[in-house]
Amino acid sequence: MDVILFLVFAIIAVLAAINVVVQTHPIASAVSLIGVMGSLAVLYLLLGAEFIAAAQVIVYAGAVMVLFVFVIMLLNAGAEVRKGRSFMASLLGAPVLIALLALLAWFVERIYPESVGVHFGGFTGGGPDAIGRALFTTYLLPFEITSILVLIAILGAVVLARKEID
Amino acid sequence: MDSFIVISLIKTFVIFAVLMTTLAYLQWVERKVIAHIQVRPGPYRVGPHGLLQPLADVIKLITKEDLTPPYVNKPLYLFAPFFAITMALLSISVIPFGPTIEVAGYRTWMQLTDLNIGVLFILAVSSMGVYGIALAGWASNNKYALLGGLRSSAQMISYELPLSMAIASPLLISNTLSLRRLVGTQAGNLWHWNLFHGWQYVSFIVFLIAGFAETNRVPFDLPEAENELVAGYHTEYSSMKFASFFMAEYANMITVSSMATLLFLGGWVAPWPEQYGSGFVPVVLFAGAGIIALMHGLNPARKRDQYTLPVVGVIFLIVAAVFLLPVVQSWLLPLFWFLAKTGAILFAFIWVRGTLPRFRYDQLMGFAWKFLFPTAVLNLLATALVVALVS
Repeated sequence: MDVILFLVFAIIAVLAAINVVVQTHPIASAVSLIGVMGSLAVLYLLLGAEFIAAAQVIVYAGAVMVLFVFVIMLLNAGAEVRKGRSFMASLLGAPVLIALLALLAWFVERIYPESVGVHFGGFTGGGPDAIGRALFTTYLLPFEITSILVLIAILGAVVLARKEID
Repeated sequence: MDSFIVISLIKTFVIFAVLMTTLAYLQWVERKVIAHIQVRPGPYRVGPHGLLQPLADVIKLITKEDLTPPYVNKPLYLFAPFFAITMALLSISVIPFGPTIEVAGYRTWMQLTDLNIGVLFILAVSSMGVYGIALAGWASNNKYALLGGLRSSAQMISYELPLSMAIASPLLISNTLSLRRLVGTQAGNLWHWNLFHGWQYVSFIVFLIAGFAETNRVPFDLPEAENELVAGYHTEYSSMKFASFFMAEYANMITVSSMATLLFLGGWVAPWPEQYGSGFVPVVLFAGAGIIALMHGLNPARKRDQYTLPVVGVIFLIVAAVFLLPVVQSWLLPLFWFLAKTGAILFAFIWVRGTLPRFRYDQLMGFAWKFLFPTAVLNLLATALVVALVS
């Protein structure tokens, strides 16, 4: 059952991810990206990380993608036009991509030779209390640094936007 | 395992049927209440007091011509209403209506499923519901619909922050994310409800205001402001596609009301313990209503009242007698309290619609970001401080 669900949602995630790139209209790409986020949340749920799954839907599929869709709608962005495709790119694209993937696979195999496969239901510490305890004890420093990083990013965006208005 | 599947299927069917009927009749209740606020009778022609009006509306909506304008983005145009109604109906699956009941030897909860992240699940599902409206506005390829969709997504992003902050305060007090255990921590007396913990009425009010905005209700119904946007995001929708947006709005109203009941008003728990006679409240209410109806039937104001009012009175008296039966009391009383609290909040929704005018758009955004959000943050910080000091 777990394996079937995993395969179904993994396939949906990959297909939607490909669709994000293939679609020429930004709204269609954004909707495909929501599909990717949603199926990733299901994969987290299958692994036993229910809090991460809920956060994935609330933060990424909910808040972030709504902002994306909102901005695309606000700018009324039209469909992209295909232009400037170089001959070299269409000739070498696929072979180079396959070579890159093969190289990555080889490195992963070399660095983690005896990696154990993931099995479903083996992880149980995915509830909100376990996550909260880990965030505020073991990983307190990285957590706080990340929040300050986000704050800096917001301030940077405010500064950049203000300069354009003046 | 087999009995689990069968029980779940039965529960799903019952909850779905009840929810659909409630959706249809909530609209009748809304029209009646607003009509009486505005001193007019409201729906009156179809059935007694317009009671069959929802049925007539359903038949009308199903048989209407389903028009798809030629200039729309077809896949998203068809997907949007479907998505909106799915997300609106999904959240009812984690809402508990009462404690365990025993039917034919099987013990089961009056709830489809209990998640240990139930509150987060509802937040996630409701945040996904925005897409139905936003994509409908965009795919319609119409300036009014686009403006409605834009307004709706901006409004829902803004008001989701105070909503989540307001939900977090009772969660801190109850120390759980499971809706079933949330009610368990509020059992006992009236002052055990999260609403009466210190100043939690602030979170309750913030939650209700943000809930009004999340469901696009008056005074926050700018996405469908008739006098500027025709019908907003559903301008280009007809027949059942329009009906699914309509149903989604009412289903979201029910979800917000049930959430307020579960988070702040103690869910299905009676206001005071049963040994002090809280079990007799519904009996007294229904019997009183029945006696009043009978008395008016004896002195009829109109001729047909001498037949109809006694019938209504006898029905009320029978309902009151049913509440006295010990066999059904164990599940009927919690259900009564849950429905009474949720119904009171739903009535407040309708009442506000009958009384308040619509916001201006800049007022709406200013209110969310300059007043409601800071209030919710301060409230959450103060609650967290007190909870940390006490425990």
